[in-house]
This record gives sequence, structure tokens and C-alpha cells, in this order.
Amino acid sequence: MEDLVQIKYALDTFYFLVCAVLVMWMACGFAMLEAGLVRTKSTTEILAKNISLFAIASVMYLLVGYYIMYSSDNGILPSLGMLIGDEHSLADVTAGGDEAPYYSSRADFFFQIVFAGACMSIVSGAVAERMKLWAFLGFAVIMTGFIYPIQGSWSWGGGWLSELGYSDYAGSGIVHMAGAAAALAGVLLLGPRSGKYGPGGQINAIPGSNMPLSTLGIFILWMGWFGFNGGSELKISDVESANNVAQVMVNTNLSAAGGLLAAMATARVLFGKTDLTMVLNGALAGLVAITADPLSPSAPGALLIGAVGGVIVVLSVLGLDRLKIDDPAGAISAHGSAGIWGVLAVPLSNAEASLVGQLIGVISIFAWVFVASLLVWGLITVVIGIRISPEEEYLGVDAVECGLEAYPEFTLKK
Amino acid sequence: MKLVTAVIKPFKLDDVREALSEIGVQGLTVTEVKGFGRQKGHTELYRGAEYVVDFLPKVKIEVAIGDDMLDRVIEAITKAANTGKIGDGKIFVVALEQAIRIRTGETGTDAI
Repeated sequence: MEDLVQIKYALDTFYFLVCAVLVMWMACGFAMLEAGLVRTKSTTEILAKNISLFAIASVMYLLVGYYIMYSSDNGILPSLGMLIGDEHSLADVTAGGDEAPYYSSRADFFFQIVFAGACMSIVSGAVAERMKLWAFLGFAVIMTGFIYPIQGSWSWGGGWLSELGYSDYAGSGIVHMAGAAAALAGVLLLGPRSGKYGPGGQINAIPGSNMPLSTLGIFILWMGWFGFNGGSELKISDVESANNVAQVMVNTNLSAAGGLLAAMATARVLFGKTDLTMVLNGALAGLVAITADPLSPSAPGALLIGAVGGVIVVLSVLGLDRLKIDDPAGAISAHGSAGIWGVLAVPLSNAEASLVGQLIGVISIFAWVFVASLLVWGLITVVIGIRISPEEEYLGVDAVECGLEAYPEFTLKK
Repeated sequence: MKLVTAVIKPFKLDDVREALSEIGVQGLTVTEVKGFGRQKGHTELYRGAEYVVDFLPKVKIEVAIGDDMLDRVIEAITKAANTGKIGDGKIFVVALEQAIRIRTGETGTDAI
């Protein structure tokens, strides 16, 4: 009997770890996606941002983030503590009962690091090409150590939002919309790229430099998302959980497909051309939208949820440009607009969630992250400044911040 | 001596090179350029924002030749680079005052 418990623990832990590794790989996906959507002169810096934010998230989450998110006992205010506590012993596990842990606590920590990293990487795409590297990294320290875990403690940490019935299975709101809120705060303070908007509402195209990389990035994200959503079931070692995981992965895939096809069709109708970057954003929006509940919808339902997300992201990208909010990767649209849709769509298939509960969740998470981020970005602006100078922007942030070109053989610069 | 500069469509480069080789032209220099004459640009669309591509990619060939070869070179380039469609390009001829082979120091027509 004890052997069975041990095996189940091992299986659930193993499954959790593998899913965490898949989500870590999403950091690569974001890096590739963003690298392809910026100009060659900004590529090195965006790669540096993406890979170092993951390292920062790993460290900050170890130091304070995990404790804040999962050990805060107040429900609203964070408890400050350090590090990650003890691992479960064999006795803890075999004690049985509802409170017995069924997977390693280190595995839980590891899984949560990669989610914090995913949240932070959303910001990098929106502020690309004109932000000082160290301003971004400084923000990443606060976001992954404090801003993200505090709102995470309200829901996944068992705080007031979860008590209210806010339902967000893998984090459309908690991870994706939160990242978009932080990104929006940054972009509003930062301003658009030089030359992006002209007088009289003119919107100038600044085309991305590497479509193969961006497509690779979306494929990697799509694959990693099976871990993102699949792992959020938190268990696989019984029939119900295993079936749930399978349903989650099926729904995740179909939502991505629906988002992609809907965005593709929308772009074709609106522009007369099939813009690959919109197709890619559509897949991403589908993935984000289903993340709030990839379990409850039927497969056709997931397809539709993704499709709505795909239409939303295209319209949102156009809308943000009209508002002169410059978002090179479409991050705010794909993660924010589609994330909000994802959270609000949960009651359509999940009777335990209510529209009111979801709305309260969306508003409170957005408000907290946006305001806290605005304050932190503001502080960084005052201390070292967040934007590079116009001359530096012309040269390219790679030359200024990293001192090396991404494509040194190609000498033509815009 | 003359310096013949030809701006042609990029995909015609191999044809022109072969044609010049056949009439005995020994060397040439090629540069990738952008330009337009009466061939207008076109508009492209990126995430809903239109942008105009005025400058079209072309290839510029420069050959230094003796005066006696000029007519044959012009004819060879013209025939090889011609498609009959707008944007085929242009040939310019300037008088070449001096030419020097770096390795041996030869000058004048011995250098080309």
C-alpha cells in the first residue's frame, strides 16, 4: 500500500517537473518571437532581456517570491519571508488523508518559478527597441519578487480572490493579463518608438527582421503551453486527473488553432493580405484565452474560445496603434486583451465560476499590477531613466547597451 | 579607357556576367544598390500599417575597358539585361583617366 503511495507521489512529481521544463522552454519561445519582431539593431538586447529575466525570476522567486505567493496567511497583505522551506518527508506523504502532500514541494517551487518568468517575459516584447536594459532588469527584480507574487497570493496562494470564487486554472489573469498590465504601465511612461506615429494619426510600419525566428517562437510557445496548462492540473496519477490532463491538452491545442485561424481570416479580410505576424499573434491569443479554464470546455468550445481570442487580438493591435500605444510584439493585446476574454469566458463552461467573481478578479489584478508597476517604472525613470536617447535609438539599442550586433554581416541598417 | 557602369535587375546578373565573359571582359565589380527610375515603388502592409517601398533592389556592375571594346560591351550588357519590362536599368559611360594593377604596378590598358 505504501509502495503505491510512493509511486503515485513519484509519478505526480515527475509529471510536474516535466511540465515545468516545458514551461521553462516557453522562455525561449518568447525570446525567439520577440527577436523576430524587432529590427536587427535591437535584436541582441531583446535576447539579453529575455534570457536574463528568466535568471532573475529564478533568483527572486527563491529569495522572496515563492514565500510571498504561497505562505502569506493574511489573504490580502503579503507575508514577507525568505526561501522555500522544507521538502516533504516520506512520513508526511504516507501519513495519508486529505492534507498529505502528493508531490514534491521543490517541484512545486520549480513549477512556479517558470510561471513567474513567463509573466515577466510578456513585458519585454512591449517595451522593445527603446528601453534601457538595466531599467528593465531592475523592474524584473521587483515584478518577479513582489508585484507578481502578491497578486498571485490572492488567488493561487489561497487568498481573498480564491475565497471569492475567482477561477483561473493556469493564469490567463494571474500570469498573462498581469504581465500585460505591467507592460502597459511601462509603455505609457516610455512612449512609442521614434518614427512610429506621424502627424494626423499616421501609423508607420516598423517591420520585424526575422519571420522564421518569430514562427519558431510561436511553435515553441505552443508546445510549452501543453506544460503550462497540462501541469496546472497538478496531478496525473489517477484516472480522473489523467483524463483531465488529456482534455486540457486537447483544449489547449484547439484553442491555439482556433485563435490562429480566426486571426488569419480577420487579417485577410481587413488588410487583403495574410499577415504572418497576425497569424502568430492569433495562435498566442488562443493559447492565452483558454488558459483560464482549459478543462471545463468541450473541445469545440475550446476552439471557439480561442477563435474569439484570435479576433480580439487583431482588433486590439490595431486599436492600440490608433491610441498611439506602441507594442512591437503585440504583447499587451495577446496577453492582456485575450487574457481578459479568457478569464471572463470561464463561466460559459464552468458552473462554479461567476461573471462577478471573474470581473472582480480581472479588475483587482489589473489595478494592482498596473498601479504598482507604474510606481516602480516611475521610480526607475527618476533614478536612472527608462528610455534611451533619440541618438542612441537611431544607432540601435544593441550598440548602446550590449556593444554587439546580432547580424554583423548585414550592414544595411534602417 | 572607359568605365562602364550598368544598373540592372538583380536576377540578370549571371546573364550579364556570362555575356561579358564571352566577349573577353576580364573583370568586373558588383555592388548591391537600391534605386528607381520611372519604375515606381509599391506599398506593403505590416500589422495594418501601410508603408511605401520606393527603392527597388538593383545590382550595379562596373567594368573598366579599352576604348575599342566599348560598343561590344554596351551591346552585350543591353542584350543580356533586357527583359522588355519597366525597370531594366541603365548604362553609364565615363572616361577613365587612369588604371593601375596593384600587384604588378602596370598602368593603362595593361592594367585592365
